[in-house]
Amino acid sequence: MIKFDDVSKRYPSGQEALSHVSFQIADGELAFVTGHSGAGKSTLLKLIMQMELPSSGQLIVNGHNLSRLTRSQLPYYRRTIGLVFQDHQLLFDRSVYDNVALPLQIAGYEPREAARRVRAALDKVGLLSKEAQTPLALSTGEQQRVGIARAVVNKPALLLADEPTGNLDPELAAEIMGLFEQFSQVGVSVLIASHDHNLIARMEHRMLRLEQGRLVGDGSKGSKA
Amino acid sequence: MSLRPEPRTRPENRAATVQVPSNSLLAVYSQHQSAAVDSLHRLLNEPLGSAMACLVIGIALALPLALFLFLQNLQSMGGSLDQHGNISVFMHEHNPVELARMQKMLGTRKDVKKVTYTTPDQALQEFEAKSGFGEALATLAENPLPPLFEVQPASDKAEDVKTLVNYLQGLPGVDAVQADIQWLQRLNAMVAVAQKLALLLALLLGLGVMLVIGNTVRLAIANRSAEIVVVKLVGGTDSYVARPFLYTGLWYGVGGGITALVLVALCMWGMSGPVSRLLASYDSGYQLSGVSVSGGFAVLLIAGALGWLGALLSVLRHLRAIEPR
Repeated sequence: MIKFDDVSKRYPSGQEALSHVSFQIADGELAFVTGHSGAGKSTLLKLIMQMELPSSGQLIVNGHNLSRLTRSQLPYYRRTIGLVFQDHQLLFDRSVYDNVALPLQIAGYEPREAARRVRAALDKVGLLSKEAQTPLALSTGEQQRVGIARAVVNKPALLLADEPTGNLDPELAAEIMGLFEQFSQVGVSVLIASHDHNLIARMEHRMLRLEQGRLVGDGSKGSKA
Repeated sequence: MSLRPEPRTRPENRAATVQVPSNSLLAVYSQHQSAAVDSLHRLLNEPLGSAMACLVIGIALALPLALFLFLQNLQSMGGSLDQHGNISVFMHEHNPVELARMQKMLGTRKDVKKVTYTTPDQALQEFEAKSGFGEALATLAENPLPPLFEVQPASDKAEDVKTLVNYLQGLPGVDAVQADIQWLQRLNAMVAVAQKLALLLALLLGLGVMLVIGNTVRLAIANRSAEIVVVKLVGGTDSYVARPFLYTGLWYGVGGGITALVLVALCMWGMSGPVSRLLASYDSGYQLSGVSVSGGFAVLLIAGALGWLGALLSVLRHLRAIEPR
């Protein structure tokens, strides 16, 4: 699903955010990217989303060689990826339903088919009863779940999450992580950037550890380089 | 390599299969409809700001529109006064036989549509009746008025009329030839100059309207940059992102067009009284003509197109700069 081949990212300021990173994530695999802030977690996700371009190395996601991606192909590529933000990035000028429906509307789904999928996604995160509300009326945990519903409504092959539990208390965080595990169980590849070491350690999944832009650990629970 | 998500074969991935988007006509229509309705709602939700923008655009459009209307009226008013384009031929020949022969000769000419002969007596009676100088005229020993032919040219072209005037001047017994055609020619020439000016003004103000709308749309883009980032991250194409802003420009243009039509109608309404009094003093029953229905649609079409173009300029300049970082 994801293949990083000797990927480096250097910013114009000279700061090297990622250096010579290589790893692969299989289809349907759930993996964490950990490390201190500034270790390169966000940069890694941004490279996958093509918000940034690598300085060197090759990136293949879902069979697409990203160096050959043209600007006009980019939106169609992004539609195959669900993205969950730390601050959920919901649009407060519209209802929960419309927030979740956004990717479907963009992809040109017919309204009836879109409605079916939106309800299924909201049902999955347990917020079907709140579809008509504004996201402002929801709790932080609920807002994050709406963000997850929006990320999965298009049934992406790959789900990326950038510190999805950063603003949540441990109980809610565990609940959110449980959702991600469920998606991975039905075949979605999931890559989660998180520095919540305690939570991740309990979940016994693959862990990619970044330190100052280098991949210093790759293994399951407790393994350290 | 295709970027359209293809159905994958491995069974464990079935849930992750991304289906090809059903870009049916209905879905495209639904995208356009929601962009159009949404952008209209946004404008209506800020009635004061939108009204101000429409007023600015409306005034800019109303100026050339009013000028065009004024010139159009002036021209057709001149046209309705064309009986004043007759050529008056004053004679010093008083012999009725000669005059009758000349009337007959003029009447058979191809470049003459109609000849009216007024005897000095008729002219005097008419003058008495119209001028109210009857008593003063009665004191005159003899009638000072000459016999008069009023010749209506068959052609209204300036050069044809001029040729006829020259011919008439050369006839024996003719004292003076007076053609009232000149003022009409001058009027038409002035109208032509003013029309060019109006066109120039319309172009400049149209450009201004485009820039005003472009700037308004630029602010709208800046206000919604967070939303644009999200839309781009969930796979919104450039045209999807641009669409609501293009509709915003279209609505501003159409709103400004309606405002312009209302402003011009108000001006016409305010002017109609004084203008008809002025025309009545010239014995003219001319009615001011306003914007026709098709003209009104043309104004809205042009205004909408200007708005859309202005928005497009702004979108091309500013939308690409907003990228997820």
